Amino acid sequence: MSDTGSRRRTWLAGGGAVLAAALLATGCGSDSTSKSGSGGDANAKITLTVNLFSDFGYKDLYAQYHKLHPNITIKENRADLGAHHQNLHAHLVAGSGTADIEAIEIGQVAGFQSQASKFVNFLDEGVDKNQWVPSKTAPASSRDGSSLFGLGTDMGGMALCYRADLFKKAGLPTDRAAVSSLVANWDSYFATGKQFLAKSPDKKVKWFDAGSNVFSAMTAQAPQAFYDADGKVIADSNPAVKQAFDAVAGAIKDGESAGIAAFTPAWDTGFRKSQFATVTCPAWMSYEFKANPPADGGKWDIATIPGGGGNWGGSYLTVPKQGKHTKAAVELAKWLTAPAQEAWLFKNKGFFPSDQALWSSPDIANLTDPMFSGAPTGKIFSESAKNLKPQPLGPHGADIGNIYGNALVSVEQGKAGTDKAWSNANAEIKNIGE
Amino acid sequence: MAVSTGTPPAASRSNVPRGPEPGAAPVRGNRWHRAERRLSPYAYISPFFIVFGVFGLFPLLYTAYVSLTAWRADTDGSQHDFVGLDNYRTLLHDQFFWNALRNTLGIGLLSTVPQLLLALGLAHLLNYRLRGRTFIRMGVLLPNVTSVAAVTIIFVQLFGRDFGLINWFLGLFGVPHTDWQAGTWSSWIGISTIVTWRWTGYNALIYLAAMQAVPFELYEAAAIDGASRWRQFRSITIPVLRPTILFTVITSTIGALQMFGEPLLFSASQTPMAGGSQHQFQTMALYSYDQFWGKFKYGYGAAISWAMFLVIVVIVAVNFLLARRMKGVEAA
Repeated sequence: MSDTGSRRRTWLAGGGAVLAAALLATGCGSDSTSKSGSGGDANAKITLTVNLFSDFGYKDLYAQYHKLHPNITIKENRADLGAHHQNLHAHLVAGSGTADIEAIEIGQVAGFQSQASKFVNFLDEGVDKNQWVPSKTAPASSRDGSSLFGLGTDMGGMALCYRADLFKKAGLPTDRAAVSSLVANWDSYFATGKQFLAKSPDKKVKWFDAGSNVFSAMTAQAPQAFYDADGKVIADSNPAVKQAFDAVAGAIKDGESAGIAAFTPAWDTGFRKSQFATVTCPAWMSYEFKANPPADGGKWDIATIPGGGGNWGGSYLTVPKQGKHTKAAVELAKWLTAPAQEAWLFKNKGFFPSDQALWSSPDIANLTDPMFSGAPTGKIFSESAKNLKPQPLGPHGADIGNIYGNALVSVEQGKAGTDKAWSNANAEIKNIGE
Repeated sequence: MAVSTGTPPAASRSNVPRGPEPGAAPVRGNRWHRAERRLSPYAYISPFFIVFGVFGLFPLLYTAYVSLTAWRADTDGSQHDFVGLDNYRTLLHDQFFWNALRNTLGIGLLSTVPQLLLALGLAHLLNYRLRGRTFIRMGVLLPNVTSVAAVTIIFVQLFGRDFGLINWFLGLFGVPHTDWQAGTWSSWIGISTIVTWRWTGYNALIYLAAMQAVPFELYEAAAIDGASRWRQFRSITIPVLRPTILFTVITSTIGALQMFGEPLLFSASQTPMAGGSQHQFQTMALYSYDQFWGKFKYGYGAAISWAMFLVIVVIVAVNFLLARRMKGVEAA
């Protein structure tokens, strides 16, 4: 080995070390160096990033916005629901890494209330709170109400989706009004399920998809579910929760549940292979029906939800202050949640607007959906939204709902009885607070 | 171990001049040369230590600090609420932690033991003169270079309850459909299958490399003495491979104790961090992640991470001691 050879290699290694250190330094520093554009040139070419947890149906709207503002390009990223909110929490704690616009789901939004100061306050940006009902704005406001950090997008007005062809085979009425009155409350819904199972010729078809979904719909209708108005967890002592849990567990024991984990590929297959005859369906779920039409050519129809009213899901758009282009991001978020765009999203994508003025607007209220056999979805979801009783939410509302949902899965799997599943779930809910 | 075949480093050192000649005036270049010679080894190794410090040591220490606080996202100002060892005390009475520990050890045993036995057998077969040997040897590594996510998603389809291939196949023999995720044992078997699928080939190649270092004369002599293939494998291959086997046991033990991706994706539910409807396959890493990023209990999640670290240290130490004793027995 010659001397010059060894020297060159020393230099290379030393350079490598410096390069690595430099990369690390720039990697950590780049976020803080280029915080421009929040005031500056309004026509500068910028790219806005939007982080969502599912398809919000925004693609065509981005193109339209780009036409109105040629200097703005929009880039959307999606993660699944859990990962999306975890990332947002992590990036808020770290102080960098969020997108210009971040979506938050209503079950998760209360967990961000204590960090309201890390988001742009829309009340300072000319937003009128009264565009939404208080039950939509309250969870996305700071606790003292001085800051509104989320603009309501869609909401989950609820209905009951049912397979008219399977109903007919089981000798049940198929007409929307008749079905709605047949399953006017949850007791009659489960009783009708028993009747369906007894008379349906195909024994592989169950009454509903997953106990957790029915449970979500039932608890969404209670005036209080997991939290009381003071923000205290009351899940294990609230009779409404216990009644819903016992009723669903009872129906599972009667064989009414297909026992398919909701929002998984197996669930999609369940839609295609007609494994269940009814689904409690919030408006945003219509994407699932579109994507997975029954392979046997059957048709879905839509009736009012047992018990009437209730909200399940729906989202907000937020603008974290750490973003590079907060001003432009606020404008985009306001535009995406404005009534014109909200109405377009319902007509074309099925996302029911949280904008309360639209519920009475004729072009929403008179809308029918060919996918649900021409059902008046506009009227059904508008009425459900108007019947909505605001429910106190808390930071772990989504977690608690998931824990009960999981407990019901263990009943479906035959691994736990109703009482054991209930006490397991409550032990786990207690563990959140410890 | 792997000694390079080139000139030994000592020889090259003797070839180069050692600093200035006596009596010659000290030149600037020479001093630079000396400094460079003294410092260059540190420059060589510095990238590792810099990267390790930033991504290894710092997070480790910071996690230790966080584990002593009551920091949680839903409580304002809890970030600097110092509580000493409270989180660890809670951990001792936390049924979900002990459950996670049990699951981790169970799944770990179920995936490591068959995996290493299979790898040993596979290596033995690969050691024969086969047609297309290199191709086959590279082939066994393929499951390992495929991502955990891709492999697990495929296996979840195979293990599907209603329309899965495995249930369909078992159904041909009249076995009723199994809900693989539902039971403790069935879910452990499912996850262990994925781990075994991914890592058997990798360990087989390590064993193969060690087997090729066994002198051929030993086998020849044994064959002349009338030892069968199996006897040769048992009495020559295994003893010579012992250090390699210990190495693979320790690395797979650490891997098994940190298991995360496989159970996470295997659960195929809306709440993957729960590890099953009754946490029947929630591993320690999953529980830590669930508490930290699912429930946003940063202090407690950090304590679980550290407890996990200590469990790994203890188990690896036990491994190591056993290994030393085995060596001692051999020497005696």
